[in-house]
Amino acid sequence: MSDIIINDIHAAYGRTAVLFGISLEVREGELVCVMGRNGVGKTTLLNAITGLMGLTGGSISFDGKDISKASASARARMGIGYVPQGHAVFPQLTTRENLQVVNERLGKPDKEALNEVIDLFPALASLMNRPAGLLSGGQAKQLAIARALITRPKILILDEPTEGIQPSIIHQIEDTINDLHKATGMTMLLVEQYVEFALRLADRYAVMDGGRIVDTGDTATAEMDRFASLIAI
Amino acid sequence: METLLEQAFNGLSVGSILLLVAIGLTFTFGQMNVINMAHGELIMIGAYTPYVLQHDFGLAAGLSILLGLFIAFIVAGGVGVAMERGLLSRMVDRPLDTLLVTFGVSLILQQAARDIFGAPNVDVVAPSWLKGSVTLLGVIMPYTRLFIMALVAVIVGGLSVFMARHAEGRRMRAVTQNRDLAAVSGLSPRRVDATTFFLGSGLAGVAGVAVSLIGSIGSQVGSGYIIDAFLVVIVGGLGRMKGTIIAAFALGMLNAYAEFWKNASIGKAIVFMAVIVFLQFRPNGLVSFRTRGLTS
Ligand SMILES: Nc1ncnc2c1ncn2[C@@H]1O[C@H](COP(=O)(O)OP(=O)(O)OP(=O)(O)O)[C@@H](O)[C@H]1O
Ligand SMILES: [Mg+2]
Repeated sequence: MSDIIINDIHAAYGRTAVLFGISLEVREGELVCVMGRNGVGKTTLLNAITGLMGLTGGSISFDGKDISKASASARARMGIGYVPQGHAVFPQLTTRENLQVVNERLGKPDKEALNEVIDLFPALASLMNRPAGLLSGGQAKQLAIARALITRPKILILDEPTEGIQPSIIHQIEDTINDLHKATGMTMLLVEQYVEFALRLADRYAVMDGGRIVDTGDTATAEMDRFASLIAI
Repeated sequence: METLLEQAFNGLSVGSILLLVAIGLTFTFGQMNVINMAHGELIMIGAYTPYVLQHDFGLAAGLSILLGLFIAFIVAGGVGVAMERGLLSRMVDRPLDTLLVTFGVSLILQQAARDIFGAPNVDVVAPSWLKGSVTLLGVIMPYTRLFIMALVAVIVGGLSVFMARHAEGRRMRAVTQNRDLAAVSGLSPRRVDATTFFLGSGLAGVAGVAVSLIGSIGSQVGSGYIIDAFLVVIVGGLGRMKGTIIAAFALGMLNAYAEFWKNASIGKAIVFMAVIVFLQFRPNGLVSFRTRGLTS
């Protein structure tokens, strides 16, 4: 039962409230996409789910357990994988070390998991000895996804994986996400502003505005026009 | 010529102690943004360790130094971890508070030393195998100083390998470079902090044992090194081992020459001026990492 139930959560940076009662459910094996303009609180929502940001109200449960009070690293060890927005790598560690340090976090490294993520992102194979801070945006994004996958998470959370990335790599990332979702049934929560990309991948969508969810639905029946007014495309 | 070489030797010798102290500081400063004002008192704890072993446990001079290195590492490391767990972890992201609190701890530890050991300075007896010197190119090199340099070389070498190869070293680097990413990747930054603090504080303890070999010790023995060590950290570039090494020796040398040229206080002033000028050109220190992202 690897699902996430977000129940009426509130979050704030100091005194500035950013999330105002968000409720959202991601069921096992589902791929849900959250969309919305810049600054509406998408990243904040993901940070609240992964434990980087505390809640001022509401609760989050994962796998049937309340995780609202658990630390970020405890949540990660429970099986929540997170690919944050931007250049989410350890800049002075090489590509290999970026993967290694996460792979060996609990002791013995999992050789097979390492090979699997390299198979998913073959481009990384030739970049193993390069400091991750010197990777291009697309390369770093692939490394960041590989880093999250190497722990074999039960749910993968991605924050704008296509942001600032060239179309050919976007396609590759789309294929990888799609394959993982279809082949292994991995549960996923995706934040994305690239609407076509999101609708192609997701089973369900939610649209955020001003720290609230203002629309939800199935992507199969969604009409593009709906989004024009809610999301700056 | 001989005096020039002699100052170079002095510079290297002072630089190597500075290096031990500064590496400890870069660990805690670089990873946790903690400016530990009590770092000097960890040196003091280390310096009193061989004294206690000689004076209270009656150990022979040689044994008290060798065993003292080990015990000082553990004791100073333990005090560091206790400070981190008991005080600093309660004031995350409050740099000013940590500054004040560690300053308070520093004063308390100094007073405790005066209460326990008395106000006057005491001397650690150097073992017979450290008495004497060799003369090379006209420079008199005392065995104690050579011993300290060798000790520092071994420690820094071992530490470099540890940071580069060992899993815990990798975790320490990961947490330093991106704490949030480490957390969401399932590493425990809090646990890694304990290792960092233990190592950094323990090294200050080891530096203390070295300091006890080259002069008498008192409650303020650590404070003399701490300002210079902070300069080394700033010039070297935060959390950069290579930069710290270069900066420690550069400052040690500069200090030795400037002191020789005029006197100790002019020497200090020259060093400060050099650091200020240097930072105009390299505000991030000697070794700053090239990166593509603006944020990292
Ligand atoms: N560390 C912070 N301190 C204070 N306010 C913040 C902080 N981070 C974000 N905010 C504010 O919180 C709001 C939501 O930010 P958030 O990053 O969640 O938006 P987003 O939807 O992810 O935007 P984008 O599409 O640009 O990534 C914004 O108004 C932002 O200015
Ligand atoms: Mg965002």
